[in-house]
Amino acid sequence: MAKSTIVAIDWISVLLFLLLVGFGWGNIYSASYSNEAFSITDFSQPYIKQIYWIGLSIALIIITQAIEAKFYERFAGLIYVFSLLSLLGLFLFGKTISGATSWYNFGFMSLQPSEFAKAATALALAKFLSDMQTNIKLINHQLKAFLIIILPALIIIPQPDPGSALVYAAFFFPLYREGLAATYLIIGVSAALLFILTLLFKPLWVVLVIALIMVLILIKKRKQKPKYSLYLLTIVVIAGFCFSVNYIFNNVFEQRHRDRFNIVLGKEVDTKGIGYNTNQSEIAIGSGSWIGKGWKEGTQTKGGFVPEQHTDYIFSTVGEEWGFLGATIVIFLFVGLLIRLSYMAERQKSQFSRVYGYSVVGILFIHFAINIGMVIGLLPTVGIPLPFFSYGGSGLWGFTLLLFIFIKLDSNRVNEW
Amino acid sequence: MRKLLLYLIIISTGLIFVARLFYLQVYNTSFAALSEDNAIKVLYDYPQRGAIYDRNGKLLVTNQPSYDVMVIPRDLKPFDTLEFCSILKITKDKLIKRLKKARVYSPRVPSVVIPQLTKDEYAYLQEKMRKFDGFYIQKRSLRDYHTTNASNVLGYIGEVNDVLIKKDPYYISGDLIGMQGVEKTYEKELRGLKGIKRIQKDRFNRDIGPYKNGKYDTLPVNGKDLTITIDEELQSYGQKLMENKRGGIVALEPATGEILALVTAPNYKPELLVGRKRSPNYTKLLRDTIAKPLFDRGVKGAYPPGSPFKAITALIGLQEGVVDTQESFSCYHGFRYGKNGKLGCHPHRGPLNMIPGIANSCNAYFANVYLRIINKQETPQKGIDNWRKHAESFGLGNYLGNDLSSGSKGLVPTAKYYNKAYNYPKHKWYATATVSNAIGQGEVLATPIQLANMTAAIANRGYFYTPHIIKAIDGQPINIENYTTPKYTTINKEHFAPVIEGLHQVYTQGTANALRVEGIEICGKTGTAENYTRVKGQRMQLTDHSVFIAFAPKESPQIALAVFIENGHYGSRYAGKIASLMIEKHIRGTISRTDLEDWILTHSLEEEYAKPYSGEPFKINQ
Repeated sequence: MAKSTIVAIDWISVLLFLLLVGFGWGNIYSASYSNEAFSITDFSQPYIKQIYWIGLSIALIIITQAIEAKFYERFAGLIYVFSLLSLLGLFLFGKTISGATSWYNFGFMSLQPSEFAKAATALALAKFLSDMQTNIKLINHQLKAFLIIILPALIIIPQPDPGSALVYAAFFFPLYREGLAATYLIIGVSAALLFILTLLFKPLWVVLVIALIMVLILIKKRKQKPKYSLYLLTIVVIAGFCFSVNYIFNNVFEQRHRDRFNIVLGKEVDTKGIGYNTNQSEIAIGSGSWIGKGWKEGTQTKGGFVPEQHTDYIFSTVGEEWGFLGATIVIFLFVGLLIRLSYMAERQKSQFSRVYGYSVVGILFIHFAINIGMVIGLLPTVGIPLPFFSYGGSGLWGFTLLLFIFIKLDSNRVNEW
Repeated sequence: MRKLLLYLIIISTGLIFVARLFYLQVYNTSFAALSEDNAIKVLYDYPQRGAIYDRNGKLLVTNQPSYDVMVIPRDLKPFDTLEFCSILKITKDKLIKRLKKARVYSPRVPSVVIPQLTKDEYAYLQEKMRKFDGFYIQKRSLRDYHTTNASNVLGYIGEVNDVLIKKDPYYISGDLIGMQGVEKTYEKELRGLKGIKRIQKDRFNRDIGPYKNGKYDTLPVNGKDLTITIDEELQSYGQKLMENKRGGIVALEPATGEILALVTAPNYKPELLVGRKRSPNYTKLLRDTIAKPLFDRGVKGAYPPGSPFKAITALIGLQEGVVDTQESFSCYHGFRYGKNGKLGCHPHRGPLNMIPGIANSCNAYFANVYLRIINKQETPQKGIDNWRKHAESFGLGNYLGNDLSSGSKGLVPTAKYYNKAYNYPKHKWYATATVSNAIGQGEVLATPIQLANMTAAIANRGYFYTPHIIKAIDGQPINIENYTTPKYTTINKEHFAPVIEGLHQVYTQGTANALRVEGIEICGKTGTAENYTRVKGQRMQLTDHSVFIAFAPKESPQIALAVFIENGHYGSRYAGKIASLMIEKHIRGTISRTDLEDWILTHSLEEEYAKPYSGEPFKINQ
């Protein structure tokens, strides 16, 4: 590696990365150890395995930094295609772990290609948007961009791993930054709101109330000759949406999905069955109080009350053992990293690096928001890991690659003209 | 805008998360409690409750093992309710009701389903226990009584109620606590401290070892043994004399304030309130609203003291300098005042000065002295309050501050009391309106223990020790300032000699001359207290209460006592006889006058008590 590269690396994000990974390991250790002696060769222990994953990810970092920055842009398409193939290959060679066929088994370890597909998709999207001929304002090009994003998600959903597929919503951020009309945002947010309202109340009531509001607006604006047909169309679309949401929710969704939504919306209280995870996680976090019970002292963590605690629910260990203070620090670390990366993305001179940077921020943010939102009981249970923190080799490697490709691109920005 | 949106979303998400964390971790404390329930099982190790001995080292109360069936509702699995109910001899409805109640209390914390099994029930159930998941047996100890008396002093223990659990976090459902008497007052000493073991559990509710390696575990501390001041022999003798009578006897040791005997009649056997029979027996005792066996007359019964109060009137008169020992007052079959006011008196020779005045209990003499005491001050208000100050210094009119779990203030009226009664200043009142106080009638009320304490203060010539029941804790004599420092009355020492001489002559030539005990110099005072009751809203006078106070011997007294017999007619009829027997029993240990003893044992007042409820007209003081 050239000396200039080392100087040009954004050490702030590297530091934040290291803090998250280090603190993450400490919590994985606490959540998964059980009084046995610490043995570095004991591969049955997740916390030991995670040490190797971290060590190997350092090697990955060095490789990403050693590779020429131009490589990523030039081979983005190839990487994307390879990634899609690896996802498709799961249907033939995949290994099933806890119900989801998402892994390749290599004997000594398993890899989850969906964790790498995010970075590949980010590269491909960046490549497409930075093409001189691409204009995001054109419907045709918008559709192509959507296709790049939706393809991996469509392959992931039937594994089934809807959580990982949901992450692809993150690519809205770079698209929006590159000029995608705000109408999409408004429609998206309205759809989400209508979705929640429909679940909370009966669809008929939602439609009636919205129609009433529209009528009131029309009465007020009647002198300005409003386009009645447009209003009519809107209410028809809304009515259609609400009733189809209701239909899909009740007839297409499986009971477990319905339960997850109902619990977060407060329509159901169930602390033993499906709500058990969230409830136990809240108890563990809540019992942490101001400064927590101390490392390895969490009674909930030790008793194994929170399922998947060293993976998706790792943040509950933080909450219990490090308290409000520790949990807030972790949130600040994430927010700090995300803001730093947004800033870095904005300072890129090439459109490719910028789109990629925004994709990285988007992906990390979605993971952060959905994972912690779920653990602290604000969002329905969606199984996705907390970046850098959760146990898991593929996840750690995927996020490391995602982040450090961007750091490499960023360190190379002075060479871009 | 396009650039800022991302920052906005990231930062607001972070803030929402921090706010939610604040709510979960700091604001809402219920999660911490849930976590305790969740992950840590608490086991209790109950220590032996302390034993209770009497002043001579006689064992009164120890323990017997008892077994409670406990349930942890969330661990319950379907079981054969029929078998369970038949083993424990309860109905299915009752079982379901109790399980429901336990679940409401807490699904994780153990609750009692069936308290206090007998040894046989326990042995049988123990074998079947493995069939009933969620139930377990908690060993506790119940009281075992070696006496059939003194239940009013000893009190009883019972299961803590919800109110107490909330008030004192030491107790959990099913714990036993002292509810009355010594058990209540000395609960902390007797109970010891239960040991606590915390077990860390995993989510399958399996034990995975002591929580934090037993760092927070504690060993049980055994309860302390108490020695109480009661002389069991005297107590049970008193109880025996009081059979078929209602009232109280309180005997004190003047030199220490120790309560030698505290008898109330009717009473009940302490073993009635042990274990599972406690509840029905207690209800039965409580429902007896006429004899009121749960009402400790010795400490709670506030009665007009009658003539014994004359000793106080005499002492105050001497202290205030309104009379000397030589001055005589005439008695015209009583004391006349105002237009047609009259305080009657029984026939006796006259006129009398102080010592024969006491010995013959002349009402007119004390009415004169009392009026002088009140009228010495400018207004009757000031006079009453000054008089009250003296009476109060004998422990009358207020709680004694003793270690008995209940008591009554009695009443020594204030000027304010009369102002209110006579609607002052609209209507004026004068000393004569209160003259009945002179002879312990009128407004004055005192409990037997207050009278006994007053007697002890006279016996000590001017001071008393607060009466108390505790003598030693774990063999160590108590050193409680309240019980070891004398409380001085407002009367100078020299004024006691003539009054005590008067009390002595009560025995040698006065109203109790028939009750002498050869070789023991007793000082005492008879009392005959008029009293009224309401039956079906009708106020009617009942046969007088028979009252007696006494101490003996005259010099360096060993016992001071007050005897109060409801509707026992005149003082020496019942109370005086009982007092003299109690004194002889305490000082001699044996009774020489068996005829007197027989008379008391064979005479019942039950007929007298039935009169007002018979619905027929009756005569009093026969």
